[in-house]
Amino acid sequence: MSITYLEAIREAQAKLLRDDKRVFIYGQDVGGNFGGAFKATKGLAKEFPGRVLNTPISEDAMVGTAIGAALEGMRPIVEMQFADFSSIALNQILNNAGTHYWRTNIPVPITVRLPSGGTKGSGPFHSQSMESLYAHYPGLIVMTPATVEDAYTMLIDAVAIDDPVVYCEHKYLYYHLKADGLPADGTPVGKARIARKGRDLTIVSYSAMLHESLSAAEEIVKEGFEIEVVDLRTVKPLDTATVLASVARTGRLLAVGESFPWGGVTAEVIARVSTEGFHLLDAAPARVNAKDTPIPYHPNLWSTHRPSSKVIAAKARQLLRE
Amino acid sequence: MLLTRTFEEKLASMYRGGRITGGVYIGKGQEAVSVACGIFLQKGDIFAPLIRDQAGRSAFGEPLVDVARTYLGSRAGPMRGRDGNIHRGKPRDGQLAMISHLGAMVSVVVGSLMAKRGRGERNFIGLTTIGEGGMQTGATHEGMNIAAVEHVPLVVVATNNHYAYSTPNDREFACANLVDRARGYGFEGYELDGTDLAQCLDVIGSAVKRARAGRPPQLVVASILRLAGHGEHDDFSYVTDDIRKEPFAIDCLKRTEAFIKERELAEPETLQRWREEAAAEVENAFSAAQSEPVPSGNEEDWSAISRRDLVDEIGEGGSS
Repeated sequence: MSITYLEAIREAQAKLLRDDKRVFIYGQDVGGNFGGAFKATKGLAKEFPGRVLNTPISEDAMVGTAIGAALEGMRPIVEMQFADFSSIALNQILNNAGTHYWRTNIPVPITVRLPSGGTKGSGPFHSQSMESLYAHYPGLIVMTPATVEDAYTMLIDAVAIDDPVVYCEHKYLYYHLKADGLPADGTPVGKARIARKGRDLTIVSYSAMLHESLSAAEEIVKEGFEIEVVDLRTVKPLDTATVLASVARTGRLLAVGESFPWGGVTAEVIARVSTEGFHLLDAAPARVNAKDTPIPYHPNLWSTHRPSSKVIAAKARQLLRE
Repeated sequence: MLLTRTFEEKLASMYRGGRITGGVYIGKGQEAVSVACGIFLQKGDIFAPLIRDQAGRSAFGEPLVDVARTYLGSRAGPMRGRDGNIHRGKPRDGQLAMISHLGAMVSVVVGSLMAKRGRGERNFIGLTTIGEGGMQTGATHEGMNIAAVEHVPLVVVATNNHYAYSTPNDREFACANLVDRARGYGFEGYELDGTDLAQCLDVIGSAVKRARAGRPPQLVVASILRLAGHGEHDDFSYVTDDIRKEPFAIDCLKRTEAFIKERELAEPETLQRWREEAAAEVENAFSAAQSEPVPSGNEEDWSAISRRDLVDEIGEGGSS
């Protein structure tokens, strides 16, 4: 059996709906015969009547409603049609869900699914990676699965967690990424994974950029270097220990992310390694991000805006020479 | 109403004496509307009040000592010093804790009501309040629309106190009457004179009954004048002399007292006794809260999530 990253997300939701009466899915076009803009909820409305509900185009109210339901014991999953549109719901996610446990001692178990990241031709408003923004605020867990197996088990984990979870699923991986089957158990939440072992340089990445980083590492093998690639899996909490342990082995760090460069996950990784593991570094750490412009429409522009394996490999070579 | 007025006068006086940290927000002039919001609610209902709803909160069962605790930052209070003043609630008791972003609580109530319906509960409603200022946010619009789409038993009580902080109605909205919006959302809409307690009880009580009976969501628009500043830091000098002469500028508490006297519903001695009892209750609430410990930065666990094993450990470096 072969299953895609997108099918894994659908299967996780089917399992959650089957196993837990508290779960319902709330979002634009998720219900009826349609099953979502990307078909992540295909067939679920029919299989689970009344629990996969279409909403108005009201991102703020979708999340607000989920918060209210969660306070009454439900486990809602909110599907944003695109991560980019979750900007409309920032207030509910950051200021309402994100502050609630701290303020009242009562956590808000909502999961907000963000179809994230760039695909060819999607342009400025259907391509964004917003994990850095959500990770900046207290009170949220931010997941960025990079594999089919993680897409499945981490979504199940997300719903089980009592705190609000922002689950960033990458659209570029939806159809391209396939696995032979789905695991019963995954790596624990909050633990990074060594996706490729190496000794000369550590690349820390997550989500779709993991695969670009792995390609870059394979390219550089021919030149006699072994690059270690760390998949963060969750960007908040960030598994600093695994990153530091890898840098201790390699002495070099390259952080790779698809989001905008200012602040963010790559900056955080470098800050942590520099402040907590400065003595481990044999060269100044480096990073590769998208460019500091809106995300372009034309494929020629987009493929340059987004970090590619070629750009990552070039930066890795530069670091390996130092 | 009397208890709230007495309590909030004490709060304002403590603020002026420098005994309250942060702001003090009172509901002077809005007590009749607010008390009518709380008094018809039952156990199992959801109430999402805003900053001028002490009367409603008390009527729905919030102990005054919890209000004092929150203003004084007591660790025994519902917010334990982590949040203050009017940002408080006990969600497990159906009292939602407002955030400052106006309109955000409307959809939260909708979600709670959907969950109750899904569990098979019956005869419950939700009531949330908003001002004419808050009615202009996108969140209020989205929340009211989704309430009607989900057909939940919700009552929205909107009080037009004629100023959004210092901004008068003519810079807030351009529609002829805010209640006209009810039809646009698929709500049933009603208006009332918020200075008249009997009318508040009648109109809001009827809206609550209709919501309980399964009618579409209810919008009630009350008209009053805010008889204090936005907060106690505000001298409300922007309130014009003309508007102070409007019928909606009458003090609802004075009007209620006059009504009681005129109808001889209570002896003057009884009224006086009520005042004394209210003052004693207020004193008790503050003295209890004042004797309780306040939080300490060193003892705080500084975790914004309940899953302690998933707290992001951020080292500050400098040791290596």
